[in-house]
Amino acid sequence: MAELTYRDAVARGISQEMARDPDVVFLGEDVAKAGGVFKATVGLYEQFGPKRVRDTPISEQAILGAAMGAAMTGLKPIAEIMFSDFFAVCFDYIANEFAKSRYMSNGQLKCPLVVRTGNGAGSRFGAQHSQSVENWCMMIPGLKVVAPSNPRDVIGLMAAAVRDPDPVIFFEHKSLYATKGEVPDGEIVDALGTAAIARRGKDATVLALALMVPRALAAAEKLQAEHGIDCEVVDVRSLVPLDTQTILGSVARTHRLFTVEENPRLCGWGAEIVSIVADEAFYDLDGPPVRITTPHIPLPAADILEDIALPTVERIVERVRRSMQA
Amino acid sequence: MAKIEDRGAKSTTAAPGINDDIGEELRLRMYRMQVVLRESEQRAFDLFLQNLVKGTSHLSLGQEAVATGFAAAMKPGDLSFCTYRGHAHTLARGVPVERVLGELMQRDNGLMRGKGGSMHLTSAEHGVMGSYAIIGAHLPIACGAAWRAQYKGDKDVSVCFFGDGTCNIGAFHEALNFASVWKLPVIFVCENNLYMEYTPIGDVTAVEHPAADRAAAYGLPRIVIDGNDADVVYRTARDAYDKARAGAGPSLIECMTYRYSGHSRADPAKYRPEGELEKWKQRDPVVIYRERLRQFGIGDGVIRDIEADVRRQVDEATEKCKAAPMPPLDLLAADVYADGGFAWRN
Repeated sequence: MAELTYRDAVARGISQEMARDPDVVFLGEDVAKAGGVFKATVGLYEQFGPKRVRDTPISEQAILGAAMGAAMTGLKPIAEIMFSDFFAVCFDYIANEFAKSRYMSNGQLKCPLVVRTGNGAGSRFGAQHSQSVENWCMMIPGLKVVAPSNPRDVIGLMAAAVRDPDPVIFFEHKSLYATKGEVPDGEIVDALGTAAIARRGKDATVLALALMVPRALAAAEKLQAEHGIDCEVVDVRSLVPLDTQTILGSVARTHRLFTVEENPRLCGWGAEIVSIVADEAFYDLDGPPVRITTPHIPLPAADILEDIALPTVERIVERVRRSMQA
Repeated sequence: MAKIEDRGAKSTTAAPGINDDIGEELRLRMYRMQVVLRESEQRAFDLFLQNLVKGTSHLSLGQEAVATGFAAAMKPGDLSFCTYRGHAHTLARGVPVERVLGELMQRDNGLMRGKGGSMHLTSAEHGVMGSYAIIGAHLPIACGAAWRAQYKGDKDVSVCFFGDGTCNIGAFHEALNFASVWKLPVIFVCENNLYMEYTPIGDVTAVEHPAADRAAAYGLPRIVIDGNDADVVYRTARDAYDKARAGAGPSLIECMTYRYSGHSRADPAKYRPEGELEKWKQRDPVVIYRERLRQFGIGDGVIRDIEADVRRQVDEATEKCKAAPMPPLDLLAADVYADGGFAWRN
């Protein structure tokens, strides 16, 4: 067991898989010699060399297209798109190409690849380098989508993503890179499609993803200490496949549901989960499900504005308290 | 007619006589293939008119020599990446006519059992790694397949075919630069049929030759060839495959050709100047090749036998497709994910 940053966990997860399987290759902008703009891939170039860890031009379509062609013909590429906002310039590959080729070809083609990307706000980068776009990918049939919240999950879900036979979009949160967590020694392999109960509680279920998980946990402690409300926090981890059993199980115990989402409100991942709970567990609920989200706005650069755009610990506490005490 | 140049392809001068570097056996095969493509595409058009081909379709009538010449230069294991105008390139790899027409007719005997349709023909066992209907998408994908070959030391080469309109989209430029920098065993083949869709390519392009005039920007030789002469195409292709297999990197080849039909099923091609179609038909690839065979002393009987045999083959395929069942309904949700299904939750 050792303490590791989320950033170092990315490199360790990739390293673990590249050491295991010579067909795993890694490409992206500034990822090799420079170790990544977020320094999340430092050491991989030195460890695996220029044949397996490759710097690319600023050509997001070429990066994802090349990853797809390599995956179709026998490699297991990990491709980095530096900021998830840049998905918009290579979205054809995500939405039209590797998500659909297996289906369109009646199962003849496969695309076992991982696209990892820096997602989310908190760096004061403004509207084009701060978005949470996991919902862009969640809605596309053929993709799998994960977003780890801690270093251990980064390694375990990276391993699961690389070993998965389908294309996986791997959202790393930029504001989590510097955070630390305990990580066991040796190989770590997790499972896609599994949520984790991050805090047990009996009064309300709070669902969160990535950066919102530590905020939901902090809010749960305050709600317990200041208001006597005992929240169960579920780290959703995997949007596709979605672990609805863990979510429905938690709601069946607590009878209340809150989602904490960094994505802007419309069509956020929580809306889908709320609809599932409403459809399948309506009579378990003692009150209306509540979504706590970023508003339907582009993100501002100024820190005082960005800070109030995202769900804060205070906003989560206030919203849960108000709803629970209504 | 566009000016035809030929630079960069070295061994394009044939020794005279049928027993030259191409030879009789390959020439007869290339003639047969061009007839297969002509007859199959014509049949596809006829089947539209009978409402037996649904959806859209993009024919290669008039462009048969490009697909034929390139496929003749390929080795087993070489990979093809095609566009929505991909029937000819798929057939040219040896895919049975029945499997292609079946897919166009969206029957269970189709290449993808009706799940892909005309624009997405795929036959991995023949090296046809998909037909891509988003302009330019497959150029980077072909780079990726070539990267795998380079990485693993495999000797196969990837080729991507695309139209003149593709040369104005970003993915074209990203792929060319990427392939050149990484020195990938990939061949980029532009079929310049003079129209992007409905608009003349010259009206919307900064250079005369949309592919070849950009080659220098990616450190590649400028190659423009007569895309209606299968011998010229074959020799140019052979050089490009040799170069790629030798580890000398990508090629970009612009083939001048012409499509006889409109862009797609919906297009009567009324934008063409009067006489243009007729002028190009005087340079019909099938006619050119038939005449060459005659000049080389191949008898009319041999030529007629090939044509009759192909027509019989296409007729038989058509009947089989008409008799084939529609796909079963459980295909609807199959193969979304690798487990064979579409489950997104537990």
